[in-house]
Amino acid sequence: MNAPTPELLKQHVIDPEICIRCNTCEETCPVDAVTHDGNNYVVDASICNHCMDCISPCPTGSIDNWRVVATPYSLEEQFSWNELPAQQELEAADSGAIEALEQEIESLLEEARKGLGGKPVAPHSASKPTVNLYNRNKPAIATVTGNFRLTHGDADSDVRHIILDFGDLPFPVLEGQSIGIVPPGTDAAGKPHLVRLYSVASSRDGEKPNAGNLALTVKREVGGVCSNYLCDLPRGAKVEVTGPFGATFLYPNDPAANIIMICTGTGSAPFRAFTERRRRAMPDAPGRLLLFFGARRPEELPYFGPLQKVPEKLLGKYFCYSRVSGQPRVYVQDRIRSEAATVAALLQDPNTHVYVCGLKGMESGVNEAFADVCRGASIDWAALRVTMREAGRYHVETY
Amino acid sequence: MNLMNVDYSTKIPNNVNLAEDRQVLKALEGWHPGYLDWWNDMGPEGFQESLVYLRTAVSVDPKGWAKFDYVRMPDYRWGVLLAPQDEARLVNFGQHKGEKAWQEVPGEYRAMLRRLVVIQGDTEPASVEQQRHLGKTAPSLYDMRNLFQVNVEEGRHLWAMVYLLQKYFGRDGREEADELLRRRSGDADSPRMLGAFNEATPDWLSFFMFTFFTDRDGKMQLESLAQSGFDPLSRTCRFMLTEEAHHMFVGETGVGRVLQRTCEAMKAAGVEDASEIEKVRALGVIDLPTIQKKMNLHYTLSLDLFGSEVSTNAANFYNAGLKGRFQETKIDDDHRLTDAVYPVLKLVDGKITRVDEPALTALNMRLRDDYTEDCAKGVERWNKLIEKTGVKYRLELPHTAFHRQIGEFKNVHATPSGIIINDAEWANKRGDYLPSESDGAFIESLMQPVSEPGKYANWIAAPKVGIDNKPGEFEYVKIAA
Repeated sequence: MNAPTPELLKQHVIDPEICIRCNTCEETCPVDAVTHDGNNYVVDASICNHCMDCISPCPTGSIDNWRVVATPYSLEEQFSWNELPAQQELEAADSGAIEALEQEIESLLEEARKGLGGKPVAPHSASKPTVNLYNRNKPAIATVTGNFRLTHGDADSDVRHIILDFGDLPFPVLEGQSIGIVPPGTDAAGKPHLVRLYSVASSRDGEKPNAGNLALTVKREVGGVCSNYLCDLPRGAKVEVTGPFGATFLYPNDPAANIIMICTGTGSAPFRAFTERRRRAMPDAPGRLLLFFGARRPEELPYFGPLQKVPEKLLGKYFCYSRVSGQPRVYVQDRIRSEAATVAALLQDPNTHVYVCGLKGMESGVNEAFADVCRGASIDWAALRVTMREAGRYHVETY
Repeated sequence: MNLMNVDYSTKIPNNVNLAEDRQVLKALEGWHPGYLDWWNDMGPEGFQESLVYLRTAVSVDPKGWAKFDYVRMPDYRWGVLLAPQDEARLVNFGQHKGEKAWQEVPGEYRAMLRRLVVIQGDTEPASVEQQRHLGKTAPSLYDMRNLFQVNVEEGRHLWAMVYLLQKYFGRDGREEADELLRRRSGDADSPRMLGAFNEATPDWLSFFMFTFFTDRDGKMQLESLAQSGFDPLSRTCRFMLTEEAHHMFVGETGVGRVLQRTCEAMKAAGVEDASEIEKVRALGVIDLPTIQKKMNLHYTLSLDLFGSEVSTNAANFYNAGLKGRFQETKIDDDHRLTDAVYPVLKLVDGKITRVDEPALTALNMRLRDDYTEDCAKGVERWNKLIEKTGVKYRLELPHTAFHRQIGEFKNVHATPSGIIINDAEWANKRGDYLPSESDGAFIESLMQPVSEPGKYANWIAAPKVGIDNKPGEFEYVKIAA
């Protein structure tokens, strides 16, 4: 039996080198979690409920510090500090995983995982992710080494494959993780732009093995600050990158794992990474890979050409087009239904993992399709979905 | 109406229901143009049209009172903001201890209270006046923004006191409110009421020292007024304290960043001995002994603000329940002090001697001791910072008897370590203890403005974190906007 992984805690701490001991936080805290001695102001981890009331009144910014810990620092330890201890090297736990250390990113991921209907759990066989190595104040600088249009020249949508090179800078990612892009400049109100998250479209060892780079799949949005910034970047341009983020929507390393991947548009990015990982690391793995991929037309399906070359043995492909003239509209949920026998068989296999990635709008359709497929096979999808989620086998990332 | 939220429906943002308090609203609206005239005449010189990244309160609850945005200073929403009322609050000290806190001014204390409010109110515009020329020599946009934030908040503190005068003190209050706009810092005919607020703030090191030492007196005074049995004064001061913390921050980190830069420059140039002043100055940074002298000056000017060590006024304020001690409710005693004593340093037969005085009359002394303790902790943090760079030097607060204009020691000369010396010795040594004209001239020579985002003058280090978590290159002031 494996020993249970300890729950990790995001502990609120105060930087003693920046704090001026003005007592504002202690005065503000509604639950009296802040206390002090002659040396330091500190937060009692057993009381703090992360309400964040103390953050904005703090005049120094010293209050806005966090450490992910297995065992919280005691009051006595914190009283003795002359400076903040460095973040310990910790592996994210299987449950209650820390997806990001920045509030801004955490809420983005929380929003993306809403369709999950519960606490996200990483697959048991996933590698341990590194999270938030770089942040807005300390971003990694990457160089653009490629920027190619993926969609056909006459397609309405401009989706691009962008390669970012980190040189010698360590930027460890796992398939399924995201990175943050910091668009330069400020918005109309003079505020710096928000960080945007993009799923990594390449496998952990890079576009080519050990290349020190990664790829993104970016769709140009009308008026989109970050997507236009990225899509227009020439080779050689420098980009500020934060992350990596995400600790649950991850590739299962188990060769026996069946992976059902359902996506639309740029939601295909993590599945390109998954497929590439499987192809490189264990091309003969017994587990099956299925991809349900929806687009308006083949011309608008990212990676249409390269996907044709991936053998069916490695990846079962189900393309669904909703706007091909003269043909009925087919959505991913329709293909899931028409493949009911295959899907139902796989769902009953405890090695099967389901990943849904794409626009929020697809969530309910996919969910209903699974329910229909299960009903036909006398499976209670509502219950199975919970079981699968709790076992780290059901994942949603929609935006 | 939800009193946590600020009402912007009147010209004056407020959470005191001004819209339904026609008389006070009218009085404040009558005072407003004079205030704006004062701000335009005496506020930050040369930057009234610039866009400054300031925080404004949109509510007095923790989540809402620090909203950041670009604002032209004359358009800043100065308002009347009181901490939320606690219905069960009591008078916590003095002869009325245990009574319900007063929502109106008790008739017998009217004059005393008015005096307290006016003295506090007078310091607020004074510091804006003292600091009005500093924008032109700001060492960075970040520092310039911090200066202006301090200035607009001092302006708001004036509003806070003027509201109390207009609301609770009738015609007398209105006259006092007008007087607050008439007096001028350093004016020969019509100076501000307290000494330290008539001194010049000639350079940025002085500004940082002022915000560390003199604004800290403000913090102590506000804290003891926040204990007041007169509830509106208490609530006003409690909200002001949160803003005052920003001023402490500007002072502590400002001096800290000067020390940091000096020590780093010394280490880089291989200067080990801090007393090699010319060598250090040649590096374009402020030598540590001069920083000590500046500290000696500002600390002692601020000590004078606490008044005489033994004071019947202080005793009366306390007895009446108008002004308490620092963190009164956290002190474990009877909160009446009728029989208690407190040790006070006095001059007895030419010697500095500790004498037990009745605690009631020694309240100024007690508050000053709390102040000194608070300062000493900050100085110790500066020392830690110096130590971390590897430079061997320690800053020390001077003795209470050193360089005093008010109280027990005003007629003697004492060294920073508290040894009484004669006039001739003092004349001889003064330049070692306090900044000389040439020290001032050197510092002034460094005061060259830096206005490129993310850049800092050579004599000061960059801050560790930006305001509102902004990145280093952020343009905190759009000067030509």
